[in-house]
Amino acid sequence: MGGMDQDNSTAIQQQVTQASHDKSVLDIRGGGSKGFYGHAVNGLPLDVTPHRGITNYAPEELVLTARAATPLAEIEHALNERGQMLPFEPPHYGDSATLGGTIACALSGPRRAAAGAARDFVLGTRLVNGCGHLMSFGGQVMKNVAGYDVSRLQCGAQGTLGVLLDVSLKVLPRPEQELTLTLAADFSDALTRVATLVGQSLPISASCLYDDHLHLRLSGARCALQAAIKKVGGEHSSQSTTFWQQIKEQQHPFFSRFAKQAGSRLWRISLPAATPHLLLDGEWLMEWNGALRWLTSDVSIEQVRRVVSNVGGHATLYRGGNNDDARFHPLSDGVAKLHYQLKRAFDPHGILNPGRIYPSL
Amino acid sequence: MQHEATHATPNINKAELLKELSHIVSADGILHETETMRPYECDGLSAYRQLPWIVVLPEETDQVQRIVALCHEQQVPIVARGAGTGVSGGALPHAHGVLLSLAKLNRILDIDPNNRTARIEPGVRNLAISQAAAQYNLYYAPDPSSQIACTIGGNVAENSGGVHCLKYGLTVHNIMRLEVITASGERITIGSEALDSPGYDLLALMCGSEGMLGIVTEVTVKLLPRPERVQVMLAAFDDVVKAGAAVAAVIEAGIIPAGLEMMDKLAIQAAEDFAHAGYPRDAEAVLICEVDGSNEEVSEHVATIRDIFLEQGATKVRTAQDEQERAILWKGRKSAFPAVGRISPDYYCMDGTIPRKALPLVLKRISEMSAKYDLAVANVFHAGDGNLHPLILYDANKPGELERTEAFGGKILTLCVEVGGTVTGEHGVGIEKLDQMCVQFGALELEQFHAVKAAFDPQALLNPGKAIPTLHRCAELGGMHVHNGQLPHPELERF
Ligand SMILES: Cc1cc2nc3c(=O)[nH]c(=O)nc-3n(C[C@H](O)[C@H](O)[C@H](O)COP(=O)(O)OP(=O)(O)OC[C@H]3O[C@@H](n4cnc5c(N)ncnc54)[C@H](O)[C@@H]3O)c2cc1C
Repeated sequence: MGGMDQDNSTAIQQQVTQASHDKSVLDIRGGGSKGFYGHAVNGLPLDVTPHRGITNYAPEELVLTARAATPLAEIEHALNERGQMLPFEPPHYGDSATLGGTIACALSGPRRAAAGAARDFVLGTRLVNGCGHLMSFGGQVMKNVAGYDVSRLQCGAQGTLGVLLDVSLKVLPRPEQELTLTLAADFSDALTRVATLVGQSLPISASCLYDDHLHLRLSGARCALQAAIKKVGGEHSSQSTTFWQQIKEQQHPFFSRFAKQAGSRLWRISLPAATPHLLLDGEWLMEWNGALRWLTSDVSIEQVRRVVSNVGGHATLYRGGNNDDARFHPLSDGVAKLHYQLKRAFDPHGILNPGRIYPSL
Repeated sequence: MQHEATHATPNINKAELLKELSHIVSADGILHETETMRPYECDGLSAYRQLPWIVVLPEETDQVQRIVALCHEQQVPIVARGAGTGVSGGALPHAHGVLLSLAKLNRILDIDPNNRTARIEPGVRNLAISQAAAQYNLYYAPDPSSQIACTIGGNVAENSGGVHCLKYGLTVHNIMRLEVITASGERITIGSEALDSPGYDLLALMCGSEGMLGIVTEVTVKLLPRPERVQVMLAAFDDVVKAGAAVAAVIEAGIIPAGLEMMDKLAIQAAEDFAHAGYPRDAEAVLICEVDGSNEEVSEHVATIRDIFLEQGATKVRTAQDEQERAILWKGRKSAFPAVGRISPDYYCMDGTIPRKALPLVLKRISEMSAKYDLAVANVFHAGDGNLHPLILYDANKPGELERTEAFGGKILTLCVEVGGTVTGEHGVGIEKLDQMCVQFGALELEQFHAVKAAFDPQALLNPGKAIPTLHRCAELGGMHVHNGQLPHPELERF
């Protein structure tokens, strides 16, 4: 545990209480690595970064608790030392990434389709709601159905329902071995192939199709991988770790291509895995066995969302575009109504990151 | 035992409501006489009974929607019910409310082998999903012991687990999309068949919400391919502490077994008499450990785990040689509840979760309290994830014994909270653990829960009086010594 560890809950709570009293908007600031994700918030900065440190790590219980502004890298380092990991393999998008921001944005990396999402590993939270009330939900145990699952609700809420103070997570052992196999495949080949392999319960922990090459990462016990390699086929990749790191962190050249072309945007499209190729012009990269597709395109926002909605998916404007472009896929009326009512239940004055996800939410 | 009736009073009398309902469902879908409603007066927590006003059994979602809209308009409380196997009184009827049975919405609408999902109605039984998916070599992972009877709607409402949830998760980890009728009768879709959805994670919020936030009318579940091989081992220990240490050692070795269950002596003996699984009757504890995966991996893990068990002092380790032996080893565990039911006129099943390291302390305290209350306890433990089910043996016909049992049970749950755990791991709060909720949460959290409820159901028509105690109740109980939102026992670290 680092020398900079500090419990800053009281100060954070006081600032929120004051803002609630003044009805002044707060812009919750962690490491700032995910500032691009979501709309800018116009408000008084609430700097949570001093509130950091791992407060409990029990490898034999598979549980870790840390203050929200603990650097993600510090957490992953601590886990790695004990042969464990965050199973959802979160992207950092910079050295300043914190646990709180990761959970608030609910971002998961390449292992998501195999292991689960950020929300699947959240066991408990301590948070301050928009009235300045400091509360604890969930806990440090694997199973807990006492009260509504307010902790998982914070996942993806981007701070609009509460300022996260502490988060408890379920962690898992690292696989004994990982390796990557690469095969030539076009889109529909790749989709069928992945579906067949995953359907045979082979230990595929990540998949990526780009430029007619299907990359498959296998993870597990050494002996299991030896058997799986034969069934999967393809060439061994010597760059396994680097490749997945580049995909996860969007350092792969594909992810910056949008910036070189005026009017081009980077879309994150989440949809049922077996959905055939979408007829939208642009350049594609597929992950999560087909359930996540990245698109670099200058097709209009409306058209992208219409096509994606038609197949039961949703499209996030990830990078590029203008400030006032809607970043997140619109909600149905019924669901939107529940969102606004929930927002009022946690933050009646609308002071926590309003507008970050949707206008005045 | 009667429970306090709460909240809304209908704007409509019974005859008028029956008439309105008869426009929505056929006559055989409406029950309103004492004798026909009897089977609905309780769920699996049979110490609590209450006849509903009216029972309605719709067959279509559209009917559910119209019933909910009608009840909303007329201020009639609604209690949803699946199979009624819940053990916390979640489906206990309301005296002036409609008991809405979803049991007839029991169609499997679609199985999609390519996306590995199934779209089903809420009244489909848990096991029926896996049976229907078997033709594609797929199955639905959460497997509560009640899986032959309990419904997916009930599973969602309780966020049910099973013996495989250490590796495969709870209901919340295995569903993707819900269709829900809101308290005002609106039909909405939550989640999607993609791996995530925009906005708040309402799907997570619905899981474990005990029928308080909406009526689930359709569920899309995730299906998993059957593992290539499954192997079960049984290890006997002469000391529960050693068995607990063995569990930690397996996990520290980097192995996540598909299932890891522990039983103590009384549970072993009851199960052995019932199932004849060959459990060692003289052992203080047994572990039942299942590993799955590829052929090679399973062989390797079985060997490693066997060594670990022996190192940790197992007196005997047995590996099932075939599918039949695997089934019989599990049968002992899965029939632990009925088995205990045979050695005692009644039993009361508790459902705390604790950090595993607290197991020796908790078991010691339970055994001390068992002597003090003069009630025997058999312990069944989802050891992998710390979910402890002490079964208190009692006789409801002996005056005062139920009350003593409930007091003892309440003490066990308080103890779970004290060691950093929770009052319910998978059975829910229902009507049963309202008092223990006052121990687990402070006033601020409870108020926040009520605000969440109001966001979905401002008139408190859905399952009123369940799951979240009123602050008033907690104050009267004196169970809540809340100061500045602090929990009792602030000296115990929770985060
Ligand atoms: C012998 C035995 C063993 C058990 N083993 C386990 C176990 O291993 N793991 C475990 O987790 N549980 C277990 N249980 C508890 C119980 O089976 C589960 O809680 C189950 O999910 C309840 O399902 P049900 O259909 O019977 O629901 P019910 O008991 O009918 O209802 C439970 C709750 O769900 C609500 N509800 C039901 N349907 C809907 C719907 N469509 N929409 C909204 N709300 C709804 C009800 O209002 C109620 O609050 C066991 C119970 C028994 C009796």
